[in-house]
Amino acid sequence: MIRAAVVGGAGYAGGEVLRLLAGHPEIEVVQVTSERLIGRPVAAVHPPLRGRTELRFSSRDTLRGADVVFAAMSHGESSGAIHELQAAAPVVIDLGADFRLRDANDYPRWYGWNHPSPQLLGSAVYGLVEMHRAEIASASLIASGGCLATASILGLAPLACAGLLDPAIPLVVEAKVGSSAGGSQAGDTTHHAHRSGEMRSYAPTGHRHTAEILQELHLGVPKHEVAFSATAVEAVRGVLVTAHAYLNADLDDRALWQVYRSRYGAEPFVRIVKSRTGLHRSPSPKLLTGTNYCDVSFERDPHSRRVVVTAALDNLVKGSAGQAVQACNVRHRIPETLGLEFGGLYPI
Amino acid sequence: MCPECDARVAVDDGVERGEVVTCPECNAELEVIGLDPPRFVLAPPEEVDWGE
Repeated sequence: MIRAAVVGGAGYAGGEVLRLLAGHPEIEVVQVTSERLIGRPVAAVHPPLRGRTELRFSSRDTLRGADVVFAAMSHGESSGAIHELQAAAPVVIDLGADFRLRDANDYPRWYGWNHPSPQLLGSAVYGLVEMHRAEIASASLIASGGCLATASILGLAPLACAGLLDPAIPLVVEAKVGSSAGGSQAGDTTHHAHRSGEMRSYAPTGHRHTAEILQELHLGVPKHEVAFSATAVEAVRGVLVTAHAYLNADLDDRALWQVYRSRYGAEPFVRIVKSRTGLHRSPSPKLLTGTNYCDVSFERDPHSRRVVVTAALDNLVKGSAGQAVQACNVRHRIPETLGLEFGGLYPI
Repeated sequence: MCPECDARVAVDDGVERGEVVTCPECNAELEVIGLDPPRFVLAPPEEVDWGE
């Protein structure tokens, strides 16, 4: 068995790692830390673990040796503790933003702080298996992507990586996201009276995930502007990205099918959902609740070279913990889908 | 091949012209217009209206 420790296991992402690993046949969780909940039973905080674990939260100071550490800490925290985490395990999978960006200059620009360990950014691998499978297989520091960035990247990668985007026209990406993306700690904006029924444009510009999209889709050279906006909607889980991309070639939907199929035909967790019939014709985050799937689709505008790309996922699974477990599987050379086979609920 | 998405569409032995089959990838309903090899055209789609 692979021995795993979860650091910062009290939050939603850490809890989701624990939920997924509770059903994993090859990984055993040996320690869960939380500085806030030391001594409390893990299952008392995460109801899906009731009757499935006897573990209690411990302090990070008592972190023992493991084969892999999942760091589910607040943004900006893991980079300060990275030496401690790496001393505990040969593989660290960080679910936060601290090691996602390769250029240290991007941290003050997008996050407002200077990176304390910029020398490690070159060795960290962005944890999206569909983009970096070979590098992840030998990585010691893996940085899981942001939820909105993951949906955007997976939706647009077939076009971007095939060189089909027109760089003269900005790429417009609008992401809708549920409340759990804001984390488990309450704040003024999460107060029920404020949040319930809300559709809030909370980051019309300047969202941090823009940096990941630019980096992973290689849109910096030649420079291709990404206009990214995020909207909070009435849902607990889920991301739906709608991207407007302009092609540099006159491809119809049939040709785009081939582009997407060639990229994702063999991927276990990315599905092309573009159905001509039935009720569920395009990606829907609701149907992906609890699953590790990202569903993608596209539709060519018959009146222009615009392609509308949509992508949906569960922000806590494919957008965070599931992505991390998938990367862990790849890193440890075990079947990529282990612990992630849940196909969803319907109706839900 | 599906005329909508280019997926391979297998048909059962004994299928006849005019039958409607479903593409396994895009779920398009396809009318069989040829048998050797199988050829298809799109059957008229049902419409959905979410308030347009």
